Amino acid sequence: MKDRARVQDFDWTLLAIVGAISALGVLEIYSSTHASGMAGMHWKQLIWISVGVAGMFLISRIDYHTLLDLAPTLYTVGVVGLLFVLVLGYSRLGAKRWIRLGDVANLQVSELMKLIIIIVLARYFSEVRTDRLTLRDLVKVAILTIVPVALILKQPDLGTAMVLVPVAVVGAFLAGIEWKHMAVGVILLGALIPVGWHMRTHLKPYQQQRIETFLHPEEDQRGAGYQILQSEIAVGSGGFWGKGFGKGSQNQLGFVPVRYSDFILAALAEEQGFIGVCIVLLLYLGLILRLVDNAQKAKDRAGMYVVAGVTAILGFHVLVNASMVIGYMPVTGIPLPLMSYGGSSTAFVFLALGLVMNVRMRRFVN
Amino acid sequence: MASWNVNDQRIPQDRLALVSYLSVAFVVLLLVGFWKLQVVQSGHFTDLAERNRVRSIPIIAQRGVMLDREGRVLVDSYPSFSILLLRDDPKSLEKSLPQIEEGLGISKEDLHQQLEAARAEPKFQPVVIKPAASEADIAFVESHRADLPVLELMMVQRRRYPHGEMLANTVGYVGEVSPQDLDQSDGHYRPGDIVGKAGLERQYNDQLEGTDGLRRVVVNSVGKVMRTLDNVEAIPGKPIQLTIDLDLQSVAETDFANKEGALIAMDAHTGEVLAMVSRPTFDPNDFAVRVPSKEWASLNTDHETPLLNRAIQAQLAPGSVFKVVMAAAMLESKALPATYTAYCGGSAVFYGRTFHCDHVHGEVDLHKGIVASCDVYFYNVGKLLGIDRISHYASGLGLGQRTGIDLPGEEAGLVPSEEWSERVNHHKWYPGSTISVSIGQGAVTATPIQLARMIAAVANGGTLIPPHLLKNATGLKSASFPLSDDTVQQLTDGMWGVVNEPGGTTSGQVKLQNIDFSGKTGTAQTESFELQNKLGKKLKENGWFVGFAPRRNPEIIVAALVQAGGFGSTSAAPIVRDVVKAYYDKKNPGLLQQPSTAVNIPAPGAVHPAAASVGAHN
Repeated sequence: MKDRARVQDFDWTLLAIVGAISALGVLEIYSSTHASGMAGMHWKQLIWISVGVAGMFLISRIDYHTLLDLAPTLYTVGVVGLLFVLVLGYSRLGAKRWIRLGDVANLQVSELMKLIIIIVLARYFSEVRTDRLTLRDLVKVAILTIVPVALILKQPDLGTAMVLVPVAVVGAFLAGIEWKHMAVGVILLGALIPVGWHMRTHLKPYQQQRIETFLHPEEDQRGAGYQILQSEIAVGSGGFWGKGFGKGSQNQLGFVPVRYSDFILAALAEEQGFIGVCIVLLLYLGLILRLVDNAQKAKDRAGMYVVAGVTAILGFHVLVNASMVIGYMPVTGIPLPLMSYGGSSTAFVFLALGLVMNVRMRRFVN
Repeated sequence: MASWNVNDQRIPQDRLALVSYLSVAFVVLLLVGFWKLQVVQSGHFTDLAERNRVRSIPIIAQRGVMLDREGRVLVDSYPSFSILLLRDDPKSLEKSLPQIEEGLGISKEDLHQQLEAARAEPKFQPVVIKPAASEADIAFVESHRADLPVLELMMVQRRRYPHGEMLANTVGYVGEVSPQDLDQSDGHYRPGDIVGKAGLERQYNDQLEGTDGLRRVVVNSVGKVMRTLDNVEAIPGKPIQLTIDLDLQSVAETDFANKEGALIAMDAHTGEVLAMVSRPTFDPNDFAVRVPSKEWASLNTDHETPLLNRAIQAQLAPGSVFKVVMAAAMLESKALPATYTAYCGGSAVFYGRTFHCDHVHGEVDLHKGIVASCDVYFYNVGKLLGIDRISHYASGLGLGQRTGIDLPGEEAGLVPSEEWSERVNHHKWYPGSTISVSIGQGAVTATPIQLARMIAAVANGGTLIPPHLLKNATGLKSASFPLSDDTVQQLTDGMWGVVNEPGGTTSGQVKLQNIDFSGKTGTAQTESFELQNKLGKKLKENGWFVGFAPRRNPEIIVAALVQAGGFGSTSAAPIVRDVVKAYYDKKNPGLLQQPSTAVNIPAPGAVHPAAASVGAHN
């Protein structure tokens, strides 16, 4: 099988959308931080984006079939890496999420695990030869997913752990999950909410508090409820047209929590208004639809699963992050892909897009 | 190579399409969410953002000073710092409390009690935990800015009463605005604002308080001030000048040391209050800072009621001072001849009951009746006049009604009448009760200020002067209850005799050389037997003296009440004499040392009122 994939076959429309979102992100990071002690952060983000783009090209060169061949190895490496983090990881802000890589960067293994789970599940689903997913298959998928989810939860990092789940859910859906299984799944999930409620005392204090404040935001003025409230104030006070670039008081005076990262959409909503939010969300919708299009045009079922996995993760990020910003979901620490400041998360998105390009470039290859 | 299904080309287009539709639906949902916040509720959140960003810091206006008639400071203000406890962050607050308790020397109970009391207030409203911070306290706050961000300093204007207890019941005190006043002020006041609570502080609060300024600053999320938006300077309150003469006030206060009662000295022409004393009293400086609730309770429940201004609020039996009203009624009504005499055998029987007199006075006419204060004479006069005639003249001379002095809470006293008896007691007036009223006992009560004004009116021909404390008061009106010259002459001669004649009740003890000093004593039984029982001892009588000078058309009138002081002649009269003496000492130094021939003091009734006036004025 000769590799005749060419860079010219990259999805340039998709890349244009990605470029637009990234540019808006860098601008908003600049606006949020230029007048503070964190000035210059946008340059760092540009570096991350450049690193990501390079990674995207690199990963697109390796035939995804090869990557899928390596799935068991990658999975083992990922799980061992997560175990390693738990035992020897580098702690920051009360959570062990990083492995030190020299002095330059700290590798967040859980970000890597997102990529691995996409590949592993794509491989697994493509081995299903029928149009219907049996219960046996479903259980296997569940086990494959739950192991890394549990390890990441242990760090603790509820947000990243949650992000792995939609890969399995969307994959199972496309693999032909039976409606009755889906119904049972939905019911089980519904049943888990009261169980989780009773289990909440076993959660970490900060997680308990996040749930409490999500349910009663007004009772905690400085904690997570304060964050959601300040985010809502930023969004709401932005109005239809926004307060203007660099002129959002909630943003500039630091009322919006981590305004350059998890809450960057709140900062943008304040300064660019509903119009700005519309543009951003429509760009994201375009991104997702373009990804689905790529899945539909994939050469084979395996490639389709890879693209669908990426779609599921990115879509989930956008949905949860935007919902959090307007107070529809609790604070979970899930960044907005391509806009939120952050090395590992930005790198992950570009690597994931590299997988998509990988599949797309090979749609005519035989 | 691979065991897995490499070339499976079945793409689930339908389900992928469903994923697209779902994505569109989610984005629409999110946009609806943003629309709600950014368009529907935008106004609300804009308000909240402004409240976040802008902090309004009140600039407290300096309260106006109070000066005496010569411009000497009676009350002023000084800048001081209050320590505030910010409560928006309950967790760091809880952690900081022990350090704050130690650093500021506040007891744990006290601090918790204050926080408990403020629990219902919004969290963003800080609590004043130390209203008058010492320099050490301020240093403590300043040096712990980093680790105790819950502490904040606020500059306030604190009231200062340099003379302490002197004039306290008159000037009153200030305190935090009450919740009721806060509600009624229509937003004029904020919680914690300082307002006049009593006395002149309350009466002239509008002039004194000024208008607070406001500095609006932009703060960041940790409360650091980034820049000032605007600055509205405070407009200080206006000073007020009082009619009080600090020198006379000092003399009166000194005389009242360890005594209970009241004094009022007025310019008898204008009604300007020159001195006003009420004892027991309090130190208004104690109120300028927060009064601990225990101390406040004791001030309010103390049966000696130190917060009462007795000069205008003590409604007591006027005793023999009331005989002046009786004499006026007798002469003006002409119900009895001016030459009416009665025999005093030390007591007399009316309506089957025996009424006593202090002495056996023998044959008594009006002059002797006043000079020697013969009860039997006035029992007879009262019986012949009847209660309604007495009531008419008592009311005409200003008793039973407020004088209208510019102080809150003045009491009206009581002048009984047949109509009053039926309205209040629901029975006809017992004629026997008239006998007690005739010597200022029984149902009749009056305040010191009423008696001062009444005696002044008798001496000046019936002008009821308007008592007031504000120096440049406008719109003052004198009431008039004209008395004939003959009446004025007889009564003033009688009161001159009280002080200066050998048979006078003061036994010549309060004479003032070269001053035409006159007055009337009173010694009133205190009626409240319940109080006597409660205290387990018999109370002494209340001593009264209302004195004036000169005899006709007087320029100064002084009324003194010494509660449980015994005879008015020995308890109250010397105090009045001291104040009158001080008045003349100041007005005309050396007058009292001049030989008596310099001023011709005429014999009673021998000189025309106008001539006497000229003589006395020197």
